[in-house]
Formats: sequence, C-alpha cells, structure tokens
Amino acid sequence: MSETNLKVKVWRGAEQGEFVEYLVPRNSNQTVLDVVTYIQRKLDPTLSYRFACRVGMCGSCAMTVNGVARWTCRTHVAKIVEGDALEIAPLNNLPVIKDLATDMREFFNKWKGAVGFFKGEQTRHDDFAIVKPDSEERQLANAGIECIGCAVCYASCDVVASRSDYLGPAALNRAWTLTNDVRDTQQLDRLRAVAGDAGCHTCHTHGSCTERCPKQLEPTAGISGLKKLVARAAVRGTKWGKL
Amino acid sequence: MSLAISNTALLQARLWYAQRISAMVLGLCVAIHLFIMFYAIRGGLTAGEILGRTQGNWLFAIFYEVFVLACLVHAPIGLANILRENFPRSPVVGVLPWILAALILVLGTTAVIGVFTGGVGR
Repeated sequence: MSETNLKVKVWRGAEQGEFVEYLVPRNSNQTVLDVVTYIQRKLDPTLSYRFACRVGMCGSCAMTVNGVARWTCRTHVAKIVEGDALEIAPLNNLPVIKDLATDMREFFNKWKGAVGFFKGEQTRHDDFAIVKPDSEERQLANAGIECIGCAVCYASCDVVASRSDYLGPAALNRAWTLTNDVRDTQQLDRLRAVAGDAGCHTCHTHGSCTERCPKQLEPTAGISGLKKLVARAAVRGTKWGKL
Repeated sequence: MSLAISNTALLQARLWYAQRISAMVLGLCVAIHLFIMFYAIRGGLTAGEILGRTQGNWLFAIFYEVFVLACLVHAPIGLANILRENFPRSPVVGVLPWILAALILVLGTTAVIGVFTGGVGR
C-alpha cells in the first residue's frame, strides 16, 4: 500500500564516504529497519548493516536516524520522518567498518574495563542464592538491568565524543547494576575500575543517555549512584572495605 | 583479580566528595546570606549602618569565614576539573586552581576581618 516514496539518504563508505539517496516505497507501520532492508534487498545488495532479532531485544540495529541515535527495528518511520526525507548514518562515537555497521569492540571492551561482568562464589552444586525482590539492592539493580547493549547511549554521549577513554554510560550502568548484586564478589575491584577521570567522575550529567535510551533506563542515575558509592569508599569505606 | 587504584583516581573520588560537601555548605550559606540581605536593606542601608552591625559581631565573622572556607574548597576543584578536561596536558591544571584558592582565602578573609574590625586604622 505504497502512498508515496521516501527519499532516504544512506551513509556509504567507512570513515570517509558520502550520503547516497534511494527512493523507497512508503508503507504503513514501516520501521526504519524495514527501509534499510528494502534498500539492501531490492536496490543495492552491497549495503552493509547489522540486525538480528527485529523485535528490540538484541541491540544490534542501532543507527543514527535524522541525526539521532535510535533502535531502528522499533522506530516507526511515521514518527520521525521529516516531510518525506530520512537520513540514515552509522552510530556516532564508534569507528565505522562499512556503511551502517560500526566496530563495537571498544564499546564492549569498556564493559570489561568497568568490571561489568558477574563473578560469584557459589557453584551449580550450591543452592540458589535468595535475593528478596523488594530489597533495596534488587530494586536498584532492576532499574538498570534491561540494557540490551545497543550503544545508543554511548553514541549520544557528549563526554564520550570529547574523551575517547571515558567508559561511557552503558558500561557504567552495567557496573552500577552489579554493585547492587549481593552475590557478586568483585565489588572493590569494580569501584576502583570506575573511579576517576575515565570513569564515573567524568560524567557531566547532561542526561542524553537517559533521554535516548530505547529501554527507558537511566544511566545518569546509575552513574550518580556510582559517584556517591566510590566517594564513600574512598573517604569513609563501605561494607566491602576502603579504596 | 585485584585491580590497583591509581592515586589520581582516589584523589578525584575524595575531591568529588569534598566538592559535594562544600556545595551543601555553600547552599546553606547563600540562602542565609540572601535572607539577611533582604532583611537588612528594608529601610535603606548605608555603609556606616552595615559596619555598625558587623563590628565586633563574632557570629557574623564566623558565619562569613565559613562561607569563605566553603568557597575555598569548592571553586578550585571545579576550576581544576574544567581545566583538566579542556587542557589535559597543560601545566596550568596544577597551578591555576592553587592561585584561585590563595586568592579566595586571602581576599575573603581580608573582607571578613575588614567588616568585623571596621577597617584598619579605625
């Protein structure tokens, strides 16, 4: 049920490249990912982009659409189209491999750098750890746990843009959820990793990550929690010890 | 795994804490300062009247010296953060905040002493 054509400018190339315009039939309930897929399947099979689940779970299809980082599989064209024009580019703050696909290694390495992974002391032979759903830690962890790793926050962060060593909102959000995981055994290491100039204290609290997160998470709040926790650990000490 | 924390990161965490605490003190000081100011100027105000109230008033002197000390902690840390971000390799990062701290302490305390004593030679 094509009513008209969309004029879609798509970034072609790597760091150096140009926008190329394609005409794509407009359909009702069409997502930005549908548009990109149409171009790749019908107009130019050399277009590179990344996607997997198409239902907002995997976090692989984020792109810059009309200047704003978005998850393309859940973004309806009708909600963001300007007239009949769309401009689709790769995510900011990440090296471009080709066209719309970015190199996300640094993004995920920073999760590791923030000790953004779980390590417990129990084995499969032990009984389940009991964490009360209404405990404060569980509630705080819940608030940030649904991150899908799409890097929309990372691409939207002004501090990441100006400081390439900054861990970024996603890694710090993950670190924050883990500081609230009572089973985890690396708490002091994590606080050490996120302290200082490349960590939580660099955040300017602009809030772009929170505004753009497609899962409505609040990395800004988590980073602010980390700032308080790290400062307390440095000055007075925490239940895990002192930095 | 055991990560070492760099001295810089530890220092930054402590400075962040100091800046937040001094911000709380400043918030309170500014509120009290404004309140007193509005109260004091209701019927017009002259320098003589101000000095008449402040001379020999220990409460006044202690309050405003606390104000100066909170500024002394708060402002140089903020300036250092701004400088570090904009000029990461410049030596001014280590110098300018100290100069600002010295100026705030000396000028601020001189002002407090001035209104407490009514000025030198009076």
